[in-house]
Amino acid sequence: MAKSINTAAIQPGKANPWPKILASLKSAPLIPLSIILVFVLAAILADLVTFHDAYQVRLSDRLIPPFWQDGGSWSHPLGTDPLGRDVLTRITYGARVSIIIAAAALAIGGGFGTLIGLTAGYYGGKVDSILMRLADITLAFPLILFAILLVMVLGPSMMNVIIAITLVLWARYARVIRGEVLGLMQRDFIARAKVSGASDWRIMMRHLLPNVMPTLIVLLTLQVGWVIIVEASLSFLGAGIPPPTPAWGGMLAEGREYVSTAWWVTTAPGIAIMLVVLAFNLCGDWLRERLDPKQRSI
Amino acid sequence: MQRYIVKRVGEAILALFALSIIIFLMVRMTGDPALLMLPPDAGADALEDIRHSMGLDKPLVVQYGLFIRDYAHGSFGDSLRSKTPVSELVKDRLPNSLKLVGTAAVIVLLISIPLGVLSAVYRGTWIDTLATGFAVLGQAVPVFWLGILMIQLFTVKLGWLPSSGMGGLDHYIMPAFALGFFTVAAIQRLLRSSMLEAMDSEYIKLARIKGLTEFKVIWKHALRNSMISVITLGGIYIAILITLGILVEVVFAWPGMGRLMFQGIVFRDFPVVQAVVLISAAIVIFSSLVVDIAYAYLDPRIRLQ
Repeated sequence: MAKSINTAAIQPGKANPWPKILASLKSAPLIPLSIILVFVLAAILADLVTFHDAYQVRLSDRLIPPFWQDGGSWSHPLGTDPLGRDVLTRITYGARVSIIIAAAALAIGGGFGTLIGLTAGYYGGKVDSILMRLADITLAFPLILFAILLVMVLGPSMMNVIIAITLVLWARYARVIRGEVLGLMQRDFIARAKVSGASDWRIMMRHLLPNVMPTLIVLLTLQVGWVIIVEASLSFLGAGIPPPTPAWGGMLAEGREYVSTAWWVTTAPGIAIMLVVLAFNLCGDWLRERLDPKQRSI
Repeated sequence: MQRYIVKRVGEAILALFALSIIIFLMVRMTGDPALLMLPPDAGADALEDIRHSMGLDKPLVVQYGLFIRDYAHGSFGDSLRSKTPVSELVKDRLPNSLKLVGTAAVIVLLISIPLGVLSAVYRGTWIDTLATGFAVLGQAVPVFWLGILMIQLFTVKLGWLPSSGMGGLDHYIMPAFALGFFTVAAIQRLLRSSMLEAMDSEYIKLARIKGLTEFKVIWKHALRNSMISVITLGGIYIAILITLGILVEVVFAWPGMGRLMFQGIVFRDFPVVQAVVLISAAIVIFSSLVVDIAYAYLDPRIRLQ
């Protein structure tokens, strides 16, 4: 008897999880998510979805306007740059550069910073104050300035841009994660894990890390846009990705002298940066609202 | 209070110290620093000279001492391109940069505070939507592209404003707005949420019960408390304005430190870039120190911690 009542009571919820999923999807930022999807796909499939060579200079084709303007054609939908290269093709390959740098810098910097934050929060005391002092000093550096100098000394390359961003990026993660861990350390389950003889490493990885995950994910999402803007700024200044590699910031710099005659050369990469950064920021805001109850009321 | 000041000053000094050491080591570990300080076609004699004056034949500690001594005396070496001392170039350019950043800072405060307050007071209305949309956009548009767009609209299309260089007030309008846009967005968002929090609080209820006018309640009581969150981040905003200033100066050909550095990057003029980075970083670190101390002075809660 009791059993059948139970199943009857549970069944509806179990059999039909869709309303819940649909409800959460409805509140999901679908447009930003699709922009991110397009961005990632473009980066991965750049070789398949483009019809021109991103590097081939063809001066006879220089500064062709986009298709809807006089002199434009579908063969170069967004026109060509001052060296006759297809703008859409270079934007697509530029997505790859942006995503590689963002992923590498966030994985290395975020990973390292999280580890430092866990260590500082878990051990506390001297370890904590030394690590946090280091993080504060790092945060006091103006990132772009530091990166410019580093790239100047090491030479411009994708690797050096990643190194420069990573060297500054870790500190924010260390600070935020450490703050969260300090709160968690007061909780019973940590004390119990200690009593049960779990090693420090195990407590950090199995008990603390999953609990700081939501914060970490929000921070990572919100910083994708930031890393992309920093990389674009560096490339714009000539201290980032060296030409002729297609990077959005570099494309803007190359088109800067042609603003009065060929607006599309700077507008296309500008819009690309804006859309992707906007999409990641909106997704980050949405995640923060969902994962952090404190933020929800505001 | 004293303890706090000592701690913050110590931190600032440590940051500068760390920055100088990093730069010092970076230059020496990645190759011959003498080569960085001279044009590529320099002869062996010149190389020997610079090695000697930089003390590259001496131990690292002595070299570091020389490096600090030179910078403390304001001698940053000679520009590789113009052969003039970098200190003179900096002396010419620094005031121009400060004028631009100062103007932008005033514009930022004039726009972001009313925007933040109004979007909180008229929460959920079109004013809020507009202000918040503006802020979301402000954080996604790269400042150098914004500058280029402004030139395309106001110089190329409409012919209203000059696109480059320094001159009368009209030369300030576009660079200062472009520079301030990001910070306006950041302050608006922050102020909006802290205003919402403040307007929900007991002291605002009390102010209303006392019969104060709504104007006074919002612009005096609620705003004053909400500004604390903005002032806390004041140092960060100044740092952002100074770094973004480099990009804006490049776009608008503003004769300041940023443009100086950009030219340094283009011509691989290392002494110039090194000097601009160290000076700008020092300004950033120093101004956030001043903001933090002023803030602690104003807010007893920090002072007594």
